[in-house]
Amino acid sequence: MKGRAIVYKKNDIDTDLIIPAKYLNTDDPKELAEHAMEFLDVEFPKKVKEGDILVAGRNFGCGSSREHAIWCLTGNGVQAVIAESFARIFFRNGINYGLLPVVLEGATKKISDGDELEIDVKKGTVKNITSGKEFEIKPYPEFAMKIINAGGLMNYVKKEMNK
Amino acid sequence: MPQTITEKIIAKHCGKEEVSPGELVNIDLDVILAHEVTTPPAISALERNGIDQVFDPDKIVVTPDHFVPNKDEKTAELAKRLRDWVKKHKIKNYYEIGRHGICHTILIENGHVLPGMTVVAGDSHTCTHGVVGAFGMGIGSTELAAAIATGKSWFIVPETIKVEINGELGKGVYSKDVMLQILSKLGVDGATDKVIEYVGSTIDAMEVEDRVVLTNMAVEAGATLGIINPDKKTIKYVEQRSNKKYDLVKSDADAKFSSHKKFDVSSLEPMVAVPSLPSNGKTVSKVKDVKVDQAVVGSCTNGRIGDLREAAAVLKGNEVHKDVRMIVIPATTKIYKQALREGLLEQFIDANATVSTPTCGPCLGGHMGVLAEGERCIASTNRNFVGRMGHPKSEVYLASPATVAASAIDGKVADPRKYL
Ligand code: SF4
Repeated sequence: MKGRAIVYKKNDIDTDLIIPAKYLNTDDPKELAEHAMEFLDVEFPKKVKEGDILVAGRNFGCGSSREHAIWCLTGNGVQAVIAESFARIFFRNGINYGLLPVVLEGATKKISDGDELEIDVKKGTVKNITSGKEFEIKPYPEFAMKIINAGGLMNYVKKEMNK
Repeated sequence: MPQTITEKIIAKHCGKEEVSPGELVNIDLDVILAHEVTTPPAISALERNGIDQVFDPDKIVVTPDHFVPNKDEKTAELAKRLRDWVKKHKIKNYYEIGRHGICHTILIENGHVLPGMTVVAGDSHTCTHGVVGAFGMGIGSTELAAAIATGKSWFIVPETIKVEINGELGKGVYSKDVMLQILSKLGVDGATDKVIEYVGSTIDAMEVEDRVVLTNMAVEAGATLGIINPDKKTIKYVEQRSNKKYDLVKSDADAKFSSHKKFDVSSLEPMVAVPSLPSNGKTVSKVKDVKVDQAVVGSCTNGRIGDLREAAAVLKGNEVHKDVRMIVIPATTKIYKQALREGLLEQFIDANATVSTPTCGPCLGGHMGVLAEGERCIASTNRNFVGRMGHPKSEVYLASPATVAASAIDGKVADPRKYL
């Protein structure tokens, strides 16, 4: 997976910053996309391009369990979030819905805004094409890999139910 | 092998003798709790995938709570999708408006969750249910869809942090103050992917409903679950609400914990978490001359009858400051009725506070008290993130219901003890 980095050098980016509660009256990713990151950076929906990769500090996605925080990003074409760490529910939601959460120590130091990145889940690496450096990412639990490979939890469940 | 209460519950729900942290499990669910924000997307996910199945309608408990009574057409639509689904699948445990309440409070109040059970919901505060010695876990909508269809949920067995709290709480100091103190030490990611098990003499002395604050706000430290070993008080509490059989499990004396943190709260003062993280706890005496425009008592953290009594006790003989809007929101219809019978609602109204029907409302900036730019609120809720209660340039201070009431009287953040 290749994409351009959008970096927010901030820890504890909570789900209210990612998608404020007033927009939880819909679950349409396109509608949510217009308000993604609104309380952190109103320009985000304009800046973001299909295939971009969000990069942030520690404890990304803390707070609410709202999967709207995933949908507003996928609705903008974001493929993955690289962070120094994630809050538990956001990490799982990402795996389940297919917005790849990637744990990379020192992420905001290793990646700058606009860098071209390549994530290789199988190899367990993130390559910063712009700087030419390659980094190891935290490996996924085996079950999470199964879900990633199935293309999300619903696909996985369907397969299991048809067995 | 010695086990924690959490490990024992998990083991029993995946057919194993024992489990250890780090192990992948797929557990059977006893209860799925559903509300109108995260469940309709789960229903849609099921429909999109051609799965029209509910694993067991009798194990699902549903109440609309976040934006009720419906605040606009879109939220009316969400509530309708939930209601239609309830009817279609003949789900009996449905709390319609008039019987409704905040989902976590409804579940505990009506004895749907009992010691040893497993509960999931599309809501991060599902960690609350550890208050009766159950395993509760918040999940997202996709995972909720899978849980509704299969009655199972997968996860990695978490490690447990033991948080030991000793000492007698002083006058005007409550479980909320204890929790804000703990959060200020643990930080907002101090317990990520872990369970917090609370023990100690302070916990033993607390009533079950006061303990709720501790398990409820465990997620504010990132925890999967906050749990308390059931004791006599727990047993009495749940048996007053349910005659169903349950499984009483407790941590072994020599169970393994990833760390052990001790707190002495005997000299703890009332606490306030200043913007914009719940871990920004300070003693109220250090928060000087901070004016407030609004004061809210409510939420799944502090919207119970005891909370209303504590706020009313502070307000007694006093009035809400002329520049403050005080909003009191009983967490459930039952609490609302009880407060009515006790004359508390009249006391609030006499003191110039307003009383709302049960709803999450302002807790998440939904409705019933959303803040304008530059406004500040002190609230008995659980999160004070940027924009949590409205405009991104508004502020939320978290405190106990008593501190909220005292601040409403003074028009600025205030110590409740002078009014007790
Ligand atoms: S009261 Fe607040 S924290 Fe509790 S369930 Fe409602 S929105 Fe969530």
